Amino acid sequence: MTLETLVQQLMNGISLGSLYALIAIGYTMVYGILRLINFAHGDVFMVGAYTAFYLVSFFLLPWWAVVPLTLLAAALLGMFIDRVAYRPLRQEPRISALITAVGVSFFLETLGIVVLGARPKGFTEYIPGLFARVYDLAGIKIPGVAVWVPLLSLACLGLLLYIIYNTKVGMAMRAVATDIETVRLMGVNVDRIISYTFALGSALAAAGGIMWAFKFWQIQPLMGIYPGWKAFTAAVVGGIGNITGAMLGGFIIGLAEIMAVAFFPDFSGYRDAFVFAILIAFLLVKPTGILGESLKEKV
Amino acid sequence: MLSVKELHVYYEAFTLSGISLEVPQGKIVTLIGANGAGKSTTLRAIVGLVRPRSGSIKLGGQEVAGRPTHWLIQQGITMVPEGRRIFPNLTVQENLEIGAYYRTDRAGIERDLAWVYSLFPRLQERRRQKGGTLSGGEQQMLAIGRALMSRPRLLALDEPSLGLAPLLVKEVFRVLREINDQGTTILLVEQNARAALQLADYGYVMETGQIVLEGTGRDLLGNERVRRAYLGE
Ligand SMILES: Nc1ncnc2c1ncn2[C@@H]1O[C@H](COP(=O)(O)OP(=O)(O)OP(=O)(O)O)[C@@H](O)[C@H]1O
Ligand SMILES: [Mg+2]
Repeated sequence: MTLETLVQQLMNGISLGSLYALIAIGYTMVYGILRLINFAHGDVFMVGAYTAFYLVSFFLLPWWAVVPLTLLAAALLGMFIDRVAYRPLRQEPRISALITAVGVSFFLETLGIVVLGARPKGFTEYIPGLFARVYDLAGIKIPGVAVWVPLLSLACLGLLLYIIYNTKVGMAMRAVATDIETVRLMGVNVDRIISYTFALGSALAAAGGIMWAFKFWQIQPLMGIYPGWKAFTAAVVGGIGNITGAMLGGFIIGLAEIMAVAFFPDFSGYRDAFVFAILIAFLLVKPTGILGESLKEKV
Repeated sequence: MLSVKELHVYYEAFTLSGISLEVPQGKIVTLIGANGAGKSTTLRAIVGLVRPRSGSIKLGGQEVAGRPTHWLIQQGITMVPEGRRIFPNLTVQENLEIGAYYRTDRAGIERDLAWVYSLFPRLQERRRQKGGTLSGGEQQMLAIGRALMSRPRLLALDEPSLGLAPLLVKEVFRVLREINDQGTTILLVEQNARAALQLADYGYVMETGQIVLEGTGRDLLGNERVRRAYLGE
């Protein structure tokens, strides 16, 4: 492998990883608070990509308007899913909400196929110039997506960390993750905090969806399934419930996936299996993940 | 200020049957009783963490039974839960700030923060530390301070002296006195019956889900049955 391909593959892995990181946040935050694996999260990512697609291709809006509108729409969708599907089951055994999550996921996917059509939609002509151009780094050619996707993702992740660690709502989110009942005793409307958590996670997933479309040039209704599972893997590898862990896990999974393909091109057909092998290995060796706390704190 | 009438709560193996109690404005009222008597259940029903089957809970004349906890807290009741329940992953200062979550008067919050730190100077020294790293006694102070940050009209405490060294128990009771002198009404659940009755204006004795005795703190301290069962005489 030449230096050029190595650098290119590294950048490729980092940008893919940053997208996994963006999606993984939503899984880990919801799990941290509700002990729920929100299977519909990958589909919110898909809805985000489609929302941006229609805003830019049908409503002909400029990207500076498309992005905030898309994030807002995804945030509302996330809150809506929580409100109608999960909140009514909050007092029920956890398995009920888990099964409902699978149902919501199937629902969004089938609805997507029926309403949006199963055929992929091409994104190529709408990709902003910044992402479409190719940079020349000391003779090494680097596509714009490999530069801007990680940078923008990091900006999103930084903003999220700021919200979590420096705002009142963020403080309540951290508190809810350890002791819901006592947060109620603080006069906090916990349902609202949970709602905001879904909103944040969904907005990040939508940001990931948009950039996914920039990177892979097309979108389709089932596009959320594999990225969703891999982001979930990232969340588990990082230590589910831990936000920094999810970010770290995202980059690890993205890099591992790309490097596996780069070094063993003959086995590139097994790249998805490879990621899930990492998941299983991790669950066996360190079930709490890299930054995961022991679960006893979170009774 | 708080008036509970005929409160019933049912668990599988336990019934709270017809609890009635009054907590007048500005007073300290205590509820004592053995393990499993239903003291925590009573407090939890008052702050809406447990839904009563029947009965009335009036706060300042308004019926509040069945209202959500966060709403009740915003009306000025606060409870220091059994076992402290501080947030281990939040700093000491954040634990106090979250106590004032629904308040919007920044200046008032700052003033109360300074007040709580003056009550518990040790918390100020440790304000950047994670709550989970505090000692048991410090956590109890933090739990009380956190409750005070909501500026409660009525402060309910569930066994604030549990597990504390005698010196700290004294400290906690001194602080309760001070808080009460500043105008906060107190409903105190305690196993330390002597200290609680000495502090309280009025007391209730609970056994297996019922109130079996009531009277002024002084009367109960002199009561034969209380002396034998709860004061170890
Ligand atoms: N959520 C619950 N579900 C079922 N039973 C419960 C529940 N909470 C409490 N109980 C039972 O109700 C009874 C009263 O409990 P409660 O906690 O009110 O007692 P207590 O007077 O506070 O005791 P202690 O002094 O030990 O704290 C106990 O027998 C307990 O097992
Ligand atoms: Mg109790």
